[in-house]
Amino acid sequence: MAELMDWAALSVSLRLAALTCLILLPLGIWLGRTLAYARFRGKGLCEALVALPLVLPPTVLGFYLLLSFSRDAPVGAFWAELTGSGLNFTFTGILLASLVANIPFAVQPIQRAFESIPRNLREAAWCSGLGPWQTLWCIELPLVWPGLLSAFALTFAHTLGEFGVILMVGGSIDGETRTLAIAIYDRMQAFDEQGAALMSASLLAVSFITLGIVYGLAGRRRGARG
Amino acid sequence: MGWPDAAGGHVADLRVVLAQAGPIPLAADFVCRRGELLALVGPSGSGKTTLLRSIAGLYQPAEGHIVCGETRWFDAKSKHSLSAQKRRVGIVFQDYALFPHLTALENIALPLRHHPKPTRRDRAEQWLARVRLEGLGRRYPDALSGGQRQRVALARALARDPQVLLLDEPFSAVDQVTRRRLQRELALLRQQISIPIVLVTHDLEEATALADQICVLHNGQSLQQDRPERLFRQPATPEVARLLDRHNLFNATVVEIDGQRYLQWGRFQLEVAEGLDTFSLGEAVTWYLPPSDIVLHRRDRPSNGERENPVPALVSEVVALGGMTSVTLRVAHGDMLRFDIATHAARRNQLVPGSMVNVSLLAAGIHIMPGTHTLARDD
Repeated sequence: MAELMDWAALSVSLRLAALTCLILLPLGIWLGRTLAYARFRGKGLCEALVALPLVLPPTVLGFYLLLSFSRDAPVGAFWAELTGSGLNFTFTGILLASLVANIPFAVQPIQRAFESIPRNLREAAWCSGLGPWQTLWCIELPLVWPGLLSAFALTFAHTLGEFGVILMVGGSIDGETRTLAIAIYDRMQAFDEQGAALMSASLLAVSFITLGIVYGLAGRRRGARG
Repeated sequence: MGWPDAAGGHVADLRVVLAQAGPIPLAADFVCRRGELLALVGPSGSGKTTLLRSIAGLYQPAEGHIVCGETRWFDAKSKHSLSAQKRRVGIVFQDYALFPHLTALENIALPLRHHPKPTRRDRAEQWLARVRLEGLGRRYPDALSGGQRQRVALARALARDPQVLLLDEPFSAVDQVTRRRLQRELALLRQQISIPIVLVTHDLEEATALADQICVLHNGQSLQQDRPERLFRQPATPEVARLLDRHNLFNATVVEIDGQRYLQWGRFQLEVAEGLDTFSLGEAVTWYLPPSDIVLHRRDRPSNGERENPVPALVSEVVALGGMTSVTLRVAHGDMLRFDIATHAARRNQLVPGSMVNVSLLAAGIHIMPGTHTLARDD
């Protein structure tokens, strides 16, 4: 009988969540800010695309990702050309899948936060001589900070809990694509209830602690101003 | 030291000529000279704020130009527009737009970023002291009163060492007492800076109290620019008079009796000191009389002035507003004259609705404008 705790799966889950957050946050800032400020044709369509992973069943999203990651599809072919290896059933593959699945969780809170900055605050910054980058750095980012925190928290927690998409794209390869959520499922299939219980409890704890820290930080920031 | 003119060196006039058909219609043409405070007045939706934003570089109209001294800030023809960052404009927004995550001192220090850190802090402290907020520098905007916020916004605008100062309804968000105090402070400040200041307001009293020049706007169009006292005595058109909330606007025709020109108003022929010659005989015109040029004949002590355009009228309304009483008279043909007199004088002359009085309409005050006006001014 294997060890109760699947340490490799925990490591995959944490690595996946951290990398997803790391890559998605800058992207979320750029996309969220663009959607908040820019006026362009097809903006509604863009917002619908961003929100789509929220409502799509994970298996549907996983199915399309699996298809596009195959070597016959453009994305898979491009990746194979670049690295010589495939995407399906690899850590890179589930990372890409996780990025797509988490777009709404990263973008939407950031977009709302940028939208809540009054226009004349940015204008006041320009009239104080601040260029666009300085305005972003000195005025906008400090003001959207709570939005960034909740984007981070949602993305991190959602990645830890993601099941369907990862299973479709990654399968359950030990140390490569088997996340904690999938390991729990595997253990239940194998009637290892004790192991499943321990891992479920750890996932619960990690998720709760992450959210607790993030919302605690956001709350303290709000409190300091109140 | 540190005042915009003293430090910046070149102080220049601001010339603004802007036009566009839409979405916000504009047809504005005005000048704000160095050391002058120009008030842009007009009802809401008259394009005042859009003009201010255009000067600041936050909005680009379709046509026109904005020139500050020798520098072209905006020129639609050559598609040239300096960015807001490069225009060196200090602007106080209507809601002040203070950065909520920065302290008062940090707000003021933000436009000083090109200075080395120690200098920046010293300068910001100096500005804080100039707007009399010593000791409050570490407070965040939400811990400041409305008046204090306005001062921080003003200090931030001036810390930029601007070539033009723009004020967008800067007193509208504070209570009456604070407003008076801030207006006084602005008047004092004006004596110390010599850059052009453009103030947007819908408050005529405020404009009159603070401005050297007033530009009247309507639907984005600048109708008249002049000194306040001249503007109020001699509005260019009936529309300007209406926008300036003037009463005593009447229709009349130009007539001639024994080689002498008069205004035929109802059954009265009014003497006019000047301005009649520019109109042709029989022409329908609008005339305006400032309330101060309506002189009530005293029952107990007649005087010589009473020979000037005497008009009998029926007292229609007497409204005491503290020390002053607003009196409305109806003349025989239905026009209503309105003027203010001291409440004690109203009492002494037994001004009560329904009584008959005589007034003189001073010939020197009568101002004639082309065209007839049709708008009832009884609101």
